[in-house]
Amino acid sequence: MTALRHAAAIAAKDLRSEFRTKESINSTLSFSVVILLLFSFAFDPSPDMIAEFGGGLLWIVFAFAGALIVNRSFARELPNDCIDVLVSSPASGASLFLGKAVACFVLLFGIECICLPVFGVFYNVTWWRSLWELLGVLALGTWAMACVGTFFSALTVNLRLRELMLPMLMYPILIPALLSVMMLTNTLLTGQAMPSDFGVWLRLLIGFNIMFTTLSVYLAETILVR
Amino acid sequence: MSAPAVAAAGVWKYFGDYPALRDVRFDLQAGECLALLGRNGAGKTTLLRILGGLSGASKGGVLIDGGEVRASGTRARIGWLGHSIGLYDELTARENLRTFGTLYGVTAATVSDWLERVNLAHVADSPVREYSRGMRQRLAVARAFLHGPRLLLLDEPLTSLDDKAIALLQGLLTAARAGGATIILSTHQIREAMELASRVALLDRGRLMHFGERTAQMLDDPGYLYRTYGGEA
Repeated sequence: MTALRHAAAIAAKDLRSEFRTKESINSTLSFSVVILLLFSFAFDPSPDMIAEFGGGLLWIVFAFAGALIVNRSFARELPNDCIDVLVSSPASGASLFLGKAVACFVLLFGIECICLPVFGVFYNVTWWRSLWELLGVLALGTWAMACVGTFFSALTVNLRLRELMLPMLMYPILIPALLSVMMLTNTLLTGQAMPSDFGVWLRLLIGFNIMFTTLSVYLAETILVR
Repeated sequence: MSAPAVAAAGVWKYFGDYPALRDVRFDLQAGECLALLGRNGAGKTTLLRILGGLSGASKGGVLIDGGEVRASGTRARIGWLGHSIGLYDELTARENLRTFGTLYGVTAATVSDWLERVNLAHVADSPVREYSRGMRQRLAVARAFLHGPRLLLLDEPLTSLDDKAIALLQGLLTAARAGGATIILSTHQIREAMELASRVALLDRGRLMHFGERTAQMLDDPGYLYRTYGGEA
């Protein structure tokens, strides 16, 4: 319970900081909307094309937007050496990691929820046909990005080239999760009948989340205390 | 006999091949104040970071009150004040102290009490970025003392403090020592450190050149230690 209270305090602090400065929110939201707008003009996609690559398009936007948010996760602790105070506090590395991952998840999921209607308008997609299933899949994909991104944000926080290193490390690891979530989103966006491999992709995504959450929680202490 | 408040047993720290600390060993009893001296690069900050659990020793280890330094219960007894203030500029003073207070299990009433003690209650709900340097430093002191730590690790705490903050910190350190807290402070300000310290350690290129009681001679002649045991003043 104490660990969860610590994680909640870290998450609340990160969210409060972000809502006050809006550093990540503004850049991520404007980036996402502009990319969706540009793609809609560039491709002028038909409903058939959307059925084919709508999920992929959405997740390209979310994946790049996600990098902007997770980059700030531990970098937020660098001014005034706040990271030292957090690491020397009774909060465990796992609590710090979970708090930060939850804050990233909330921010990313919020951005995605704003982008969905924008996507619907620009691409003429009735995206709410399987709303709850779609939100569930988005949540799973978002947690994968928040979890892996926060882990590598902690790992690269002291590097001078962390903005460059983070995506280079994060995206290759995320490939299985991104593949799964793209396939699942595609199906749910277009309201097609569930294909036979829907369950396989879903299990892959859930398995990925369980594996990386466990691994990150286990390794967080080692990464933070160098 | 109870375990020493701080026990460093053959601590080595390597950065690559370079040994930043070489076989540092000492014991410190509860209620003592250790002034950690040495020129820049001697290993003072590295040693403090290992004592605070911010960094691991390459060889050897540290026990705080007989417990592992990274154990949650041990860290709850440590107060850390580094070179920087360790506060979030975008949050208010109250939000900063409440955040750290939650991690240490400190109540909102204690937070308000500390804001009064450091004379920041009237601006407690303003963002820290709007504070003057002195106000930020006083808030950092409140943050380090908030949970009533039994071991205070202070890395050059007097550097760049204004007169008000120095007086506040010296008063709090004296009161903490009187209450049985152990203090380790690294500093270049030898005279001020000697006034607070009961023991003195001198580091030179990672090696502990001297560890012993502070003598009247050290108090009268701040350069004595460096002349006698090596290193540069």
